[in-house]
Amino acid sequence: MRIALLATCLADAMFPDVAAATVTLLQRLGHQVVFPQAQTCCGQMHVNTGYFAEALPIVRHHVQTFEAAGVDAIVAPSGSCVGSVRHQHAMIARKGGDDGLAAAATDLSARTYELSELLVDVLGITDSAAQLGSYFPHRVTYHPTCHSLRMLRVGEKPLQLLSTVQGIDLVELPGADQCCGFGGTFALKNPDVSTAMLADKMAGIIASRAEVCSAGDSSCLMHIGGGLSRMRVGVRTVHLAEILAATKESAPAANPASTTATGNVGAAR
Amino acid sequence: MTTFLGIPRRSRPSGHGMGHNGLPDSPLRGHTSFPDAARSAVGNTQLRRNLGNATATIRAKRAAVVGELDDWEALRDAGSAVKQQVMARLPELLEQLEAQVTARGGVVHWAADADEANRIVAGLVENSLQPGDAREAVKVKSMATQEIGLNEYLEERGIEAFETDLAELIVQLGGDTPSHILVPAIHRNRSEIREIFLREMPDAPADLSDEPRRLAMAAREHLRRKFLSAKVAISGANFAIAETGTLAVVESEGNGRMCLTLPETLITVMGIEKLLPTFADLEVFLQLLPRSSTGERMNPYTSLWTGVTPGDGPQNFHLVLLDNGRTNALADEVGRAALHCIRCSACLNVCPVYERAGGHAYGSVYPGPIGAVLTPQLTGIDGHDDPNASLPYASSLCGACFDACPVKIDIPSLLVELRGRVVDADRDRTIPGGWDAAMRAASWVMSSGKRFTAAEKAMKAGRVLAGKKHKISSLPPPLSAWTTSRDLPEPPRQTFHQRWRAEHGSSDDAPAPGGEPR
Amino acid sequence: MSRSRTAMLQRIREAIAGTPEPAPVPRDYRHTGDHPPGSPAVVELLVDRLVDYRADVRVLAPDELPAAVADALRPSGSVVLADDAPAELVDAASASTTQLIVDRRSAPLSAADLDHIDAVLTTAAVAIAVTGTIVLNAGPGQGRRAITLVPDRHLVVLRADQIVETVPEAIARLEESDTRPLTMISGPSATSDIELSRVEGVHGPRTLIVLIVR
Repeated sequence: MRIALLATCLADAMFPDVAAATVTLLQRLGHQVVFPQAQTCCGQMHVNTGYFAEALPIVRHHVQTFEAAGVDAIVAPSGSCVGSVRHQHAMIARKGGDDGLAAAATDLSARTYELSELLVDVLGITDSAAQLGSYFPHRVTYHPTCHSLRMLRVGEKPLQLLSTVQGIDLVELPGADQCCGFGGTFALKNPDVSTAMLADKMAGIIASRAEVCSAGDSSCLMHIGGGLSRMRVGVRTVHLAEILAATKESAPAANPASTTATGNVGAAR
Repeated sequence: MTTFLGIPRRSRPSGHGMGHNGLPDSPLRGHTSFPDAARSAVGNTQLRRNLGNATATIRAKRAAVVGELDDWEALRDAGSAVKQQVMARLPELLEQLEAQVTARGGVVHWAADADEANRIVAGLVENSLQPGDAREAVKVKSMATQEIGLNEYLEERGIEAFETDLAELIVQLGGDTPSHILVPAIHRNRSEIREIFLREMPDAPADLSDEPRRLAMAAREHLRRKFLSAKVAISGANFAIAETGTLAVVESEGNGRMCLTLPETLITVMGIEKLLPTFADLEVFLQLLPRSSTGERMNPYTSLWTGVTPGDGPQNFHLVLLDNGRTNALADEVGRAALHCIRCSACLNVCPVYERAGGHAYGSVYPGPIGAVLTPQLTGIDGHDDPNASLPYASSLCGACFDACPVKIDIPSLLVELRGRVVDADRDRTIPGGWDAAMRAASWVMSSGKRFTAAEKAMKAGRVLAGKKHKISSLPPPLSAWTTSRDLPEPPRQTFHQRWRAEHGSSDDAPAPGGEPR
Repeated sequence: MSRSRTAMLQRIREAIAGTPEPAPVPRDYRHTGDHPPGSPAVVELLVDRLVDYRADVRVLAPDELPAAVADALRPSGSVVLADDAPAELVDAASASTTQLIVDRRSAPLSAADLDHIDAVLTTAAVAIAVTGTIVLNAGPGQGRRAITLVPDRHLVVLRADQIVETVPEAIARLEESDTRPLTMISGPSATSDIELSRVEGVHGPRTLIVLIVR
């Protein structure tokens, strides 16, 4: 398959290893990966903050960029960005009076997948160790993230992928379905409530006695990881894509300084 | 949707003046914005613990009883569709209800706003009392009468309204305001309730313990004589059946039955959106409501009555149909969807923001996710300094409320829609706010690949900020809102764009991987 | 008054003008249960639910009713019955040692009178097994609403054939009640207002006894 990577603005700028790991996984499965270099952002931050008019040119740019890529599927290592593509892009286009764009956005959203959806539903992964060579000998707990859980309904797919990684010790996260308190600009507009939610999420992570907290969204992980780092909890955050892309050969040296590994694009191959 | 259906801008109601205790002067609007009010609530450790315990309890109960029904989603679909029918057919259904209630000996009143409703009720109470009667009425918990500030209005006219629902009683005795739709005293724990009873209830036993059963018994003793002697009762209604003129009150303690049965006069105040078309619709809503609200298969008592029944119950029945902003809300799609609400409070109980901030932070008798939608719809928004303008932002959009709503109100989408209106209402400001400027700049950057990659390069400056610790722990306002409690990781040496370019140049396509493509 | 009526209806009509016709209501939920009314499975389910609410429940053969009524009334000094109570109930209550008081519609007891009566004995209209609900519709033997409210002990006699499994089945039966007042009772009075934990026994009868006659 010819699959385009929607890196997401956050992963692109702050967590490039997550985007690189996604590429690695697809290539390992023998697929042709395309990275439309004109891509920017899905516009979710603007939409969710109420700036619909400002979101419109971003949505238009996204649709044009990925339409031009001519791919079978688009994958993003983010439930929330895929949620925006599926549930908001057409709405923003309609509000902007551009029905043609709305139709194109709807069409594109039907081919846009969150990573675990693509791997399980489209590419038929049932055993990460056998099919992806995934090896991650660590105690891991998984935060399902709200938009993956309730907007995309990815259900057990990420856990299915993680549980079949070789060497992993996957442990349950108490209060897993509770929001971590990120919520995009919510974290800035309501910092006290956001922090209170984060505190409870961190309490669950600590109670799980995991050494790694994983999720399918870099944004939630940045929030959770930022709290864990501030509190010197001694738990690091690693994106689902990075765990799945890790192999026996690439097993990274312990990297205590950062909440995410900071290798280069070739490191995970 | 190209026309501006904005939140109606209306001047703030004068209200009835400040209540005691510095309580808000409007039941639908607080003094401070949600983030400011939430800041102090989040710091109240007792409140946090009380709310955390109570909402965890009710969430588990709800999940258990909802899980028992394999047709729950079909019930939600039916409930949602019935409510859409109600909104579309509201005029004819209201007229039908009025005709049926009148035919069965009841009297129907129409109140355009809170003042009119209060006037009508006060007049009815006055007319029902004989000289020598105590100037008082017993009340069943009712959101509609809280919304209009009826108790305070009656108090000013020398009529005492006794709340008889246990939680309402706790709030009333404590000189407090409700913080939850269903359990207005959810912010109080058992030992606080004991203190309030001992302080404010003259007939409370001196050895009262904080055991919930003992507290409930104390309330029973306290209210029993009131019930047996009351001449007038005031209630709300959970449902009104247009087809038959039947009203329904769903409750637990029996205080509702007492008020609806024993007094000579019953006055029911009901929002116009509470209608159901047919009696048979109860088969849907009597399943949805109890399981969603108290997490029970059925609440202990549901009373249904139609007008006046000779020889049984109140012989004078008045129904006050309340608008108070509802027709404003009805006029746009967000408001109309919010009017589907059956006040079960499931969305409050599952909301992580409500659980931390508590109901008072919303400044309205309708707190929580549905309150954040409904309140600004009912009041309108009076400029960006209006505390109610902050309510649509009082959500992380986690979506738990939508999942829990028995009539499938898509609260997150409604909140986003309202945020758009708050932003649009401010577009005529001559000096744009900080958010406006930042969002416009970000839009400009993110609608071009070139501008985006150029802006990413500038982020390298963050590496300097991070320094040897490889993380950023302090930023200037407004980003300090992040770094007060969270670090930011050091920006990477290369963005993904830069890495790709370094490996593949200007080509968007990676070389085909080795091996057979699948 | 009429001015607000006109204004409100006018505003509603303007508000909903031009909105699309809503979709018909899908009613794909369960209408009937897995078991027919009165079947042993339905009786068993009702018992289970009522016990969960901390009601006292007994399932009896018809000839066991008088003894069961007498037994249930033993702690009560007095019991009130509706003036149209069926003979079997009146006979059963008469046979007990409890003082029997009849609430006559022609001369109803006051609330204060009822407050001095310990118990009430009634029939019911229908019961819903899945929710543990007993419905009174002011039919024969059920009396005015006040008599089942003020006394502290409510003794209900149900026939098995009055028990349906689901809420829709019960609502269908109740549509015949026309406009008589209905009271749905699911266990003794209770509250969840303190820390959202359920506590039985507030203003309504604190004891609910259900006798189901097979």
